[in-house]
Amino acid sequence: MLVTAILTGLVLGGTYALVAMGLTLQYGIARIMNLAFGDTIVTASFLAFALYSGAGINPVVGLAIAVPAGFAFGYVVYSLMMRPLVARAKDKASLEIDSILATFGLLFVIQGTLFVIFGANYTSYTYLNVPVTILGTNIAANRLLAFALAVLIGGGLYLALTRTRWGTALRAVGVSPAAASLVGIDVNRQARFAFALGSALAAAGGVAISMYQTFTAASGVVFTMKALIVVIMGGVGNVLGALSAGLILGLVETFVATYLDPGLTLAATYLIFLAILLWRPSGLFGRASR
Amino acid sequence: MTARDLAGWAAALATLAALALAPVYLDAYGLGLMIGIAGYVTLATAWALFSGPTRYVSLATVAFFGIGAYTVAVLSETLPYPLVLLVAALIGLVVALVVGLSTLRLAGVYFVIFTFGLAELIRQLVTWYEVNVTGTLGRYIFLDLGSEDIYWQLLALGATTILLAWWIGRSRIGLALRVIGDDEVVAAHCGIDIARVKLALFAASAVIITLVGAIQAPRWTYVEPAIVFNPTISFLTLIMALLGGANRLWGPLLGAVPLFLLFEWLSANFPNHYSIILGLLFIAIVFVLPKGIVAFAEKQWKGKSAEAAP
Repeated sequence: MLVTAILTGLVLGGTYALVAMGLTLQYGIARIMNLAFGDTIVTASFLAFALYSGAGINPVVGLAIAVPAGFAFGYVVYSLMMRPLVARAKDKASLEIDSILATFGLLFVIQGTLFVIFGANYTSYTYLNVPVTILGTNIAANRLLAFALAVLIGGGLYLALTRTRWGTALRAVGVSPAAASLVGIDVNRQARFAFALGSALAAAGGVAISMYQTFTAASGVVFTMKALIVVIMGGVGNVLGALSAGLILGLVETFVATYLDPGLTLAATYLIFLAILLWRPSGLFGRASR
Repeated sequence: MTARDLAGWAAALATLAALALAPVYLDAYGLGLMIGIAGYVTLATAWALFSGPTRYVSLATVAFFGIGAYTVAVLSETLPYPLVLLVAALIGLVVALVVGLSTLRLAGVYFVIFTFGLAELIRQLVTWYEVNVTGTLGRYIFLDLGSEDIYWQLLALGATTILLAWWIGRSRIGLALRVIGDDEVVAAHCGIDIARVKLALFAASAVIITLVGAIQAPRWTYVEPAIVFNPTISFLTLIMALLGGANRLWGPLLGAVPLFLLFEWLSANFPNHYSIILGLLFIAIVFVLPKGIVAFAEKQWKGKSAEAAP
């Protein structure tokens, strides 16, 4: 039971880490607090579901459709909705408030659209639901696939962000937009790109989640909440922090669900959040400044 | 008190009296609408009480509203009604203090995030408790309260809330709040205890919202967590307060009345699409009227009079 809990926890944590990385790109680099983030995730889950059960396209191929679609969606949302807000914002705080309000509206638009198309029921599909034995316990192959995808995409992006010139430019905008533009970085372009990339990661996470979990059109709020908590736990804009915090949250949730009660997972998430707020508001791996 | 103030007070009292007599000249449907309007005017004004001047966007309206409604559902058969309201208000106060004490010392965004998921958290906890401990999900409320009783209570609460907002706007704490909203660093240097002022306001606003939920609960007769913790309530309150203008005394009221009627019409005619329409409307408000109609009208009017008198 313990090994099973650890394995499922790592799988769940891998997905959380992946989507939290997307949110940390949006909030840390593009400076947009996106409350509709979880709804992007759920939309991708429904897309994977529709592709699989409607057209028989398997979710791995579905990923190749959902990720570019997520990127395009983020690109359009940033250009149409966020850019005017960034342009009119006097300071960081007023941009934060405007983006919170605008994306809160967007949340209801996306959620309402999903309700109209897919209804309010819990949705899931069966894909690769065959047991694989690891370390003496059985785990479904779809979960392993989701984990492998998270490691591949998350790890690849981490290397790209830390090892390439392109990633360094992106992170420079996160550290200081003013200084970044002094050294010839087009801050506006990078921010738009970071936001779109964040959406693409959310879409990837959504497809991964849909392989092994049930979801509804109303799940977006909880996903946003979890991603936000992981981001704060890891330190805003800290990619490695988001990865580790995501794994921790996945483990904690699985342990609570296994040993206490599945109905208490969100309470456990909140408890962690509360502890972080009281103890280290700048994140477990963050610098002590704000 | 000048003659003008006196006339203002007289007009306010006369309006209140006319509103209190609404059950006499309105049919059941009309009274139902008035209850809804009174409820949302109170919610929006209470929301703006805290979030307007501090600019801390609270997304937890329905968390407190639901606490109030659910407390009535649980206790209505064991305690006398006034005591039930008192207990509901106390629970709302305690939750507000927990949220406020843990987040209001920090940057505003932590508060927003915490309130964003709060309703969902409380909904899940209540559901978990009801399923595992009491074994009943869903409760009936049998209270001997007519529509007009609920209406009068809401009207009284609404009038009190507006009066409180008016008083705060003129008092030292209101001045302190405006300084905090403009610049927290300046406020701290003026010797304002920022965290305490914010906490007090947030608690007051939360208690009022809890009471609105508690008073409206008997309208449902059947209550379950999914009904009373409906996120649309938070959303509507926010959009009403913003449309009218969260920084003006009459702003939330002016936003709440038309939007409530619009919402009633939308949910009757487009039951499946109203959340999409409201979402788009909300985004439009954020873009076009970021400070609300009242501030917009003031600006237009000032612009006109400046042109007229060069």
